[in-house]
Amino acid sequence: MKYMLLIYSSPATWDALTQAERDELERAHSELYYELVWSGEWVGGNALADPSRSVGVRVRDGVPVTTDGPYVEVKEHLAGYDVVDCESLERALEIAARIPDAAICGVEVRPIMDVGGMEM
Amino acid sequence: MDPPRPAGQPATAAGQSATAAGQSAGGDGRPAAAGPAAAASLDELLRGLAPRVLGAVLRRYGDFDRTEDAVQEALLAAALQWPGEGVPRNPHGWLVTVATRRLTDQWRSEAARRDREANAAALDPATRPAAGTPSAGAPAADAALTGSGPSATGGPDAAAGGAPAGPAGWAGWAVDDTLTLLLLCCHEALSPASQVALTLRAVAGLTTAQIASAFLVPEATMTRRITRAKRSIAEAGARFGPPPDGDYGARMQAALHTLYLIFNEGYTATSGDELHRAELTGEAIRLTRQVHRLLPADGEVAGLLALMLLTEARRPARTTADGALVPLAEQDRSRWDRAQLREGIDLITATLPRALIGPYQLQAAIAAVHAEAARAEDTDWPQIVALYQLLERRAPNPMVTLSQAVAVAEVRGPRAGLELIAPLARDDRIAGHHRLTAVRAHLLELAGDTAAAHAAYQLASQQTTSRPEQRYLRGRAARLVDPQHPQRP
Repeated sequence: MKYMLLIYSSPATWDALTQAERDELERAHSELYYELVWSGEWVGGNALADPSRSVGVRVRDGVPVTTDGPYVEVKEHLAGYDVVDCESLERALEIAARIPDAAICGVEVRPIMDVGGMEM
Repeated sequence: MDPPRPAGQPATAAGQSATAAGQSAGGDGRPAAAGPAAAASLDELLRGLAPRVLGAVLRRYGDFDRTEDAVQEALLAAALQWPGEGVPRNPHGWLVTVATRRLTDQWRSEAARRDREANAAALDPATRPAAGTPSAGAPAADAALTGSGPSATGGPDAAAGGAPAGPAGWAGWAVDDTLTLLLLCCHEALSPASQVALTLRAVAGLTTAQIASAFLVPEATMTRRITRAKRSIAEAGARFGPPPDGDYGARMQAALHTLYLIFNEGYTATSGDELHRAELTGEAIRLTRQVHRLLPADGEVAGLLALMLLTEARRPARTTADGALVPLAEQDRSRWDRAQLREGIDLITATLPRALIGPYQLQAAIAAVHAEAARAEDTDWPQIVALYQLLERRAPNPMVTLSQAVAVAEVRGPRAGLELIAPLARDDRIAGHHRLTAVRAHLLELAGDTAAAHAAYQLASQQTTSRPEQRYLRGRAARLVDPQHPQRP
């Protein structure tokens, strides 16, 4: 079963970290990454650029309209994601808890929809 | 053409292999050698040979991890060379020889690496072990693990000419290497997902890229899983040979479950871009057919094969052209594959009276009853209810109760079905599962409780993590409030 681990961050909590704490966060995350690659559970994942680099796209009457900046202003934003393929939801939650951002802001675990299915 | 033979490779090795190939060809009806074959039949030939080649090399060297890699490389070499140069007279011998050479090369290069690490002087190529020198890199740990590494004096080449090494009692295990490998790949030290991946590679002869593509994960991820699975087997001390006494039954059950999972993975594929995944049903049927041929008296093997055939026969009718799911009751039965249905029905009919009845046979029997109905309304539901009752007694499981409830509703009405599933809401294994909610929705719809059915279909569509199922469930919900909804068949 594949899960997406959505990693949230907020400027307030991030700014409060010391440089050493930020380095440790990077280190812990890359350690987890190698563990997941090694266990054969890692499918993909990326860090996202600062929300100020976002460009919103809306199509109205067939015309795309772009707006700079995040779609909505929020206190917490999506800072990155990991996709894992693991045995159970319990295991996915265990991995999510190991993402250092879970201790600072939060991580959300969502199942990824399967493209296959059984007739009923 | 002659097999490429490493220097010093005794000709007897090829001779032995020829005998082995001849024997397996006899048991399998597969030609021992083919002429200039079409790509499809070459692929079939190679994949049929894969487990036997692996078995032959494993029996000599025991090192499952490296041997399996070496056999994959040999298969790849054959797939590249044979179309141009023709299939060798003795394909099995050719593959064994090439795989053995790759294995030897790998041991040598590992030994050379260790030497280099141990001594800076070894950087000079002149000090590297010469070809044919007994390799210091004979995998001591693996040899100790399996008790069948290359002999200390002769090296792999000499061992290739000698008698196969193996655990005591090996000779009494008169079963094909394919089955031995399958049982090894389904070792209890592995998770079901790892058993599936390793079986597809080592027994079915698929490449890691193909398996990764079927399971929609990056190739590197699948490589790691397969490597880990092989290590786990080595760490558990398992060897290539019959499972220990008392383990056979459990291992066989795990093997059948693995084949079933491979089949299901392919069967649930619904869209065209999932071709690799859809091919898994063919792989599962091919492997199960081989096991059935080796163990014709095993009723559960026959039952599983019949179940796969009867299920696969419905594939052309189970989805619309755009990938939407069609429930059994609404399938166009003229699109069912008659030949597969016939084979499945004949197989289960012949098996049931003479074998010890088990869950796969009962599921196949249920599928056969469905297959025998020309129209959905001709279905012999009382017989299906009876079969589900037997199944529930033998293999109690909430999924069986759900299917039974649908059948009971056809015989005794939807309220009887709803009563049967009521306790499942308190069963942790299935409470909150979309299948329970979907069956409840179906039974409520039959009972005429449209509002409750609508709510249940909507809830089920939120609970499922399958896109085609979600589409189907939303369609059901929509047609309850709007009978003109396009999803209406």
